Amino acid sequence: MLTKRIIPCLDVTGGRVVKGTSFTNLRDAGDPVEQADFYYREGADELVFLDIGATPEARDTMVHVVEQVARQVFMPLCVGGGLRSISDMRRMLQAGADKVSVNTAAVQEPQLLKESAAVFGRQCIVLAVDAKRREKGKLSWEVCTHGGRKPTGIDALAWIKQAVDLGAGEILLTSWDADGHRAGYDNELNRAVSEMVSVPVIASGGAGTLEHLYDALSIGKADAVLAASIFHYREYSIKEVKEYLAGRGIPVRQ
Amino acid sequence: MNKASKRIAVIDYGAGNLGSVANALTKLGYRPTVTADPSEVFKADAVFFPGVGDAGDTMRSLESSGMAQVVKELVGMKRPLFAICVGLQVLLSATEESGEHDCLDIIPGRVRKLPQGLKIPHMGWNQVRQLKTHPIFTGIDDNANFYFVHSYYADPRDRTVVAGVTEYGIEFCSMIIRDNLVATQFHPEKSGEAGLTMYSNFLEIVCP
Repeated sequence: MLTKRIIPCLDVTGGRVVKGTSFTNLRDAGDPVEQADFYYREGADELVFLDIGATPEARDTMVHVVEQVARQVFMPLCVGGGLRSISDMRRMLQAGADKVSVNTAAVQEPQLLKESAAVFGRQCIVLAVDAKRREKGKLSWEVCTHGGRKPTGIDALAWIKQAVDLGAGEILLTSWDADGHRAGYDNELNRAVSEMVSVPVIASGGAGTLEHLYDALSIGKADAVLAASIFHYREYSIKEVKEYLAGRGIPVRQ
Repeated sequence: MNKASKRIAVIDYGAGNLGSVANALTKLGYRPTVTADPSEVFKADAVFFPGVGDAGDTMRSLESSGMAQVVKELVGMKRPLFAICVGLQVLLSATEESGEHDCLDIIPGRVRKLPQGLKIPHMGWNQVRQLKTHPIFTGIDDNANFYFVHSYYADPRDRTVVAGVTEYGIEFCSMIIRDNLVATQFHPEKSGEAGLTMYSNFLEIVCP
């Protein structure tokens, strides 16, 4: 049986892992290669690197980070943040990434999904979506771009459907409302997307407890859960997460 | 003999993520050469044949680069070959991907689409049930998890070549062994310690 994936997310800028509660309050959290190796040994199922600097100079550094990590850890790596073109994507894939995620660039130029899927295969192309709820209690979300800072007015569900038709092979779905609050994922969003599309959905944004992870995979019907702070601050190890989920009947790789 | 002195070739035919296979072999102490040169490939003690993406495109690249013939000859001579993912799929006679496309016809059978109703691609870690007792599985538990990412699966006509099966909607062939040919639908180079162990076992068997 296909297992549910547990995915730590590492925010990287200037070749260092950073963590913080907002873009302005970042702390150095170590070397990305060491961090990746740590999660690999802990039994993470995949790693996501988010280049939060995403300037051209930062991207050169990121390529180097990906090359280093790919020599050390033997699990799937996804890289995102500021990738705008086929050539940006190619550099990351050649450096050793298995997948690339695109967000703002795909909203601005949806054909990028079609072209990149044709070149690299759709399994390489992850659509990252920051979805903000339009009205409390209503099952309607709006796409935000530029790291969640810019609302676009675009309906998130319609966009995701279009993106999958174009070539996205997986959805990395972040709830704008839940992200950073550690009060649980938006499982209405996760479920709506997971039931709508035929590709895997990674739930992101809001993990604070083990039960939150369980809820995203059960109620939210997500195929994978991504979390940052609960892993970075060593509140839970990957092993603890998997033991907990297995105990509640979720298939995980142990 | 020293591992570093073994000639290990990773076939480059202009597609696929060749770096990860080479990285895994390097981690094991080998010095793989990523090459598009048929004579380099023929000289190798063991050959890795990776593949990702579309099987139809892969076949076109293999044919235009001359590697299709190289792979056929290597298997014909029973030389050690490890095929991965789309590398496995193109060994069969034909694939349903991109309409219908002839493949290498090394392993008689078809490549079919995974059944409707489940998330496609089949992406993530899933178990491989071992159907053979074979030294390639030394140190690897039955039903160990490996990393998969694919939408099509191989359906060989001769079931005796099937070394491992995996369940995803249906039970499909996830591993083939015939003589010195080993082929996996999963990606050992992305499957942690179990995957590294499988590559290591293969090389220990075919070029001790």
